[in-house]
Amino acid sequence: MGKTMVERIIGQHAGREVSAGEIVVAQVDLCLAQDGTGPLAVRQMQKLGLTKVANPENVVFFLDHASPSPRRELSNDHRFLREFAARTGIRVSDLGEGISHQVMSERYTRPGAILIGADSHTCTGGALGAFATGMGSTDVAIGIALGKTWLRVPESVKVQVNGALPRRVYAKDLMLHIIGLLGSDGADYQSLEFCGDTIRALGMSERMVLSNMAVEAGAKCGLIASDEVTRSFLAEQGRAKDFCSIGPDPDASYERTLEIDATSLRPMVSLPHTVDNVKPVDHADVVGTKIDQVFVGTCTNGRLEDLRLLARMLRGKRKHPDTRLIVVPASKKVFLAALKEGVIETLLEAGALVNSPGCGPCVGVHCGVLADGECCLSTANRNFKGRMGNPEAFIYLASPATAAASALKGEIADPREVT
Amino acid sequence: MIIKGKAWKFGDQISTDHIAPGRLFHLRSNLPELAKHVLEDARPEFAGQVKAGDFVVGGRNFGLGSSREHAPIIIKMAGVGAVLAQSFARIFFRNAINVGLPVVIVDTDSIEEGDELEVNLGAGKVINRTKGKTLTFPPLPAVMTRILDDGGLIAHVHKCGDIKLD
Repeated sequence: MGKTMVERIIGQHAGREVSAGEIVVAQVDLCLAQDGTGPLAVRQMQKLGLTKVANPENVVFFLDHASPSPRRELSNDHRFLREFAARTGIRVSDLGEGISHQVMSERYTRPGAILIGADSHTCTGGALGAFATGMGSTDVAIGIALGKTWLRVPESVKVQVNGALPRRVYAKDLMLHIIGLLGSDGADYQSLEFCGDTIRALGMSERMVLSNMAVEAGAKCGLIASDEVTRSFLAEQGRAKDFCSIGPDPDASYERTLEIDATSLRPMVSLPHTVDNVKPVDHADVVGTKIDQVFVGTCTNGRLEDLRLLARMLRGKRKHPDTRLIVVPASKKVFLAALKEGVIETLLEAGALVNSPGCGPCVGVHCGVLADGECCLSTANRNFKGRMGNPEAFIYLASPATAAASALKGEIADPREVT
Repeated sequence: MIIKGKAWKFGDQISTDHIAPGRLFHLRSNLPELAKHVLEDARPEFAGQVKAGDFVVGGRNFGLGSSREHAPIIIKMAGVGAVLAQSFARIFFRNAINVGLPVVIVDTDSIEEGDELEVNLGAGKVINRTKGKTLTFPPLPAVMTRILDDGGLIAHVHKCGDIKLD
């Protein structure tokens, strides 16, 4: 019997062939923690009396959620992480460098690797063909300390997508559609394997949207076989040597297959307060909803391609006067490229506010907290009650194109109607 | 282990943002303070009134969202004996075991607010004293039972010097 992609990767790290349902101990190649989960991970390691970590050069602490720090408590947490990292040799990606998942993809994540992260969107790394999954601080603390973790080998769901995406329909719309079909727990404990000609045609930025949001359907990971897109992405990052070919066997066994015709998709929006509450943008419950704030950024849609698209749709125009537009590049690399291309200038001229790279308003810590009763259209991955810092506010999730159309009109608008 | 207490009923899809909201991000290194706000965005009165041994009873996909382990930690710190739900989000479930908070997958439909419950983890039984009804649940995977019995993952690794699967 052939192996799914996740069975192959975990097997390579467990030293033997493995099949779905087995519980194994596997070697871990990369670990990450961030400023919200890292301090607890460090305290757990200290409880064990550990002063050394297994492979410090493969561990990164990201100061990205409170970047820069809005409060003394968080400044103290940042210092705590920097000091532990300095003592142990762990790497630090400091304030302004960017969101963990983006920076990991730019610098560290490689096909076939196992990456565990104390952040649920660690699954973003699946786009590069890595088994990347989110865990809690304690699991990651043990991964950092011992260089291994225990895993239940997940069953796999094959998500086969064929056909060309229509105009102004993107990976975000595809993924919201998939999450709407599966439900927020439809792929619980499972691995999503994305394949088909639509997926092969997507660039790395768009592939990362799919893997990033796999967890929103409950999945453990969202994997895409490595190919020429992966190879050229790594080469662009100066990491051509990190490429390896990894994918499923042709006769792999799947728990089920989800077939999607990309040509039939429309721009999609996720309504408050759950990600699986998905409707097409032109649905009566969606289009025309007054929007107080548009946010473009995050590990889902804060990449150069997203900012370029936003700038292209806003060029020479102004955002609606009653709607705030907040843009946060996902990393310093994205920010610099967007500056050099004139994208940031276009956005500022269109009335946007641009913050330094990091998680920004997505996590409710600072920089873009909504007022009571306000509505935000966000390119992020979660719209839970209270997610952006106010449980009395409402969050709609959509693509950067829908964000652009909505920023222009001051209400949720169909991006296909913007020239 | 037998735990006795009262049911606090919650709905489907209680996220870690309901349990430990992002606006209190700065309290994550001050867990006793964070625990005063546990589940605040789902039921504001819960944190002030919950008694030791009481049960959080959820519906489908309890604990979805962020990987923040602070969520199960502050539920445990509030004195909650166990969380019962029809299903759990993967990361929350694993985190709960790692921090020593019992989590039980059981059909919670028949349990109502205030029901007096008795949970026997070893026997896989929830006895609803108020309704006179017994519910059964399957045991945890062996590795999770072992971690829970050892008092969490840190205590397990401390005891075994490694991750032991059997």
